[in-house]
Amino acid sequence: MIINGVVIDDTFAEAFGMRGTRVIITAQNLKWAYNAANAMTGFATSVIACGVEAGIERELDSSETPDGRPGVAVLLFAMGSAVLMKQLETRMGQCVLTCPTAAAFSGIEGGDRINLGKNLRFFGDGFQISKQFGGKRYWRVPVMDGEFLTEEKTGMVRAVGGGNFLVLAESQPQALAACEAAIEAMKKVPNVIMPFPGGVVRSGSKVGSKYKTLIASTNDAFCPTLKGITKTDLSPEIESVMEIVIDGLTDEDVRKATRAGIAAACELGAKNGIKRISAGNYGGKLGQFQFHLREIMA
Amino acid sequence: MSALTLTLKSIPQQRIDCSPLTPDKLAGKSVAEIGAIELQSGKLTLRTDAVFDISGDDASDLVFMNCRDKLDYIGNAMQSGRIIIHGDAGWYLGFHMKKGNIVLHGHAGGFAASGMSGGTLHIHGSVGDYLASAIPGDRKGMKGGLVIVTGNAGDRVGDQMRRGIVLIEGNVGAYCASRMLAGTIGVMGSVGDYVGYGMRRGTLLLFSQPRLHATLQDCGSHTLPFLKLMFKSFSGLPSKFAAIHLNRVQRYAGDLANDGKGEILIFM
Repeated sequence: MIINGVVIDDTFAEAFGMRGTRVIITAQNLKWAYNAANAMTGFATSVIACGVEAGIERELDSSETPDGRPGVAVLLFAMGSAVLMKQLETRMGQCVLTCPTAAAFSGIEGGDRINLGKNLRFFGDGFQISKQFGGKRYWRVPVMDGEFLTEEKTGMVRAVGGGNFLVLAESQPQALAACEAAIEAMKKVPNVIMPFPGGVVRSGSKVGSKYKTLIASTNDAFCPTLKGITKTDLSPEIESVMEIVIDGLTDEDVRKATRAGIAAACELGAKNGIKRISAGNYGGKLGQFQFHLREIMA
Repeated sequence: MSALTLTLKSIPQQRIDCSPLTPDKLAGKSVAEIGAIELQSGKLTLRTDAVFDISGDDASDLVFMNCRDKLDYIGNAMQSGRIIIHGDAGWYLGFHMKKGNIVLHGHAGGFAASGMSGGTLHIHGSVGDYLASAIPGDRKGMKGGLVIVTGNAGDRVGDQMRRGIVLIEGNVGAYCASRMLAGTIGVMGSVGDYVGYGMRRGTLLLFSQPRLHATLQDCGSHTLPFLKLMFKSFSGLPSKFAAIHLNRVQRYAGDLANDGKGEILIFM
């Protein structure tokens, strides 16, 4: 398959079952909603070391939020429910409770109910107040700027993490430009995040290492500087490879984001140095989900 | 199917306990079976068909016609359906009500919504003392649900109220929110003396400055974000509270003589 001169490899991305949740963060204005959300989703690129993968899904205008203030929707994904609940509470406590004017609400109505602000109430030292409206419980925690308002619970659902595709280009700037275009397009797809810096990862990994203590190491088959000394997957003209990792609430969401991203990267085409689109997998042995690139782009 | 209608035949000599007459208890019963249900009236036991003319067959939609204030315990422990009352209701309207909907087109006596834990009680009229309060011997008054009163309420509204929302569009008497444990009471009109007496937790929303006793302390004026959320949840209600969008209040906390975690919010 070739799109605008870009070869789509006959391969697939291998993704895993995860647990996901959504939190709506509102504030006096978008600037402070972003301050809270950026802090909450910081150091959350990969479950390998961060516990969760998290990102800002989209902006919400005041008509879309429970308290009628501007806000953002944040998605968080983890490999298990226990770690997701722990990370959610920790990040809520350190990043949202602390942020001036910020409030937090459930972003998923169904699924298993997990604690959002339930235990943060104890910060109120007995002065916290519970309120129930419309079948939902909220906590008002007195803080120095006024009151921190949070919903008690949010929803946790089964989700998909680790969808991905690789952009192979003739130069580093060209690979980055294609990835930036892909991320812009993918941000418009609901229910997904691309958790790495700017949505792009340059250090794709393979399973295992020559060092016994490491469970993953650099994906040497896609490292352009190793073309001559390793079993490379790159043709001579490829000088840079970048990856976009996708977490979504359903496999269909990941599929849509993958399609939007690849289409945007391919729009730049071979004339802008974009040569191939590939994907990372483990031979289909580890992940529950497979996203075949040619099927998605057909 | 038409609404099951109970029309009072004549003004009772004594009070009558109507607690057996709720939609869930009458479900599946024929008119004859309903007529044979016994109602307590002082020392007497009366058949339902001796007190009411019975018509209709849909017990989930129960209507009391020509109702009088001697009919107590209407909607007692009700678990489903709807009761519409034309005329006045006696004491203990919606007592320990769990689910469903009661609409009263008239006035109600004391202890309405006492022990209520769910559902909606809408009184198009005024109500006596002890609305949403605990009866003597109970430790908690209203425990959930929603009460709307378009008229006035008597003394001791929300005494030992534990949860739920009470919205009163008129005035209330003395000791409003006394010994309140939690929940929300809103009063659009005036309140009597000793408001929040012994209040432990909970929120009282007022639209005019009441006379406050010494153990309710001024915490200053504030813009509270939860009020936006609360009034948004009221927006669909058949009440004047649905049209309110205020979030700037003077906050008083108390009663400091009894833990002091309650609050009286007065809109500015």
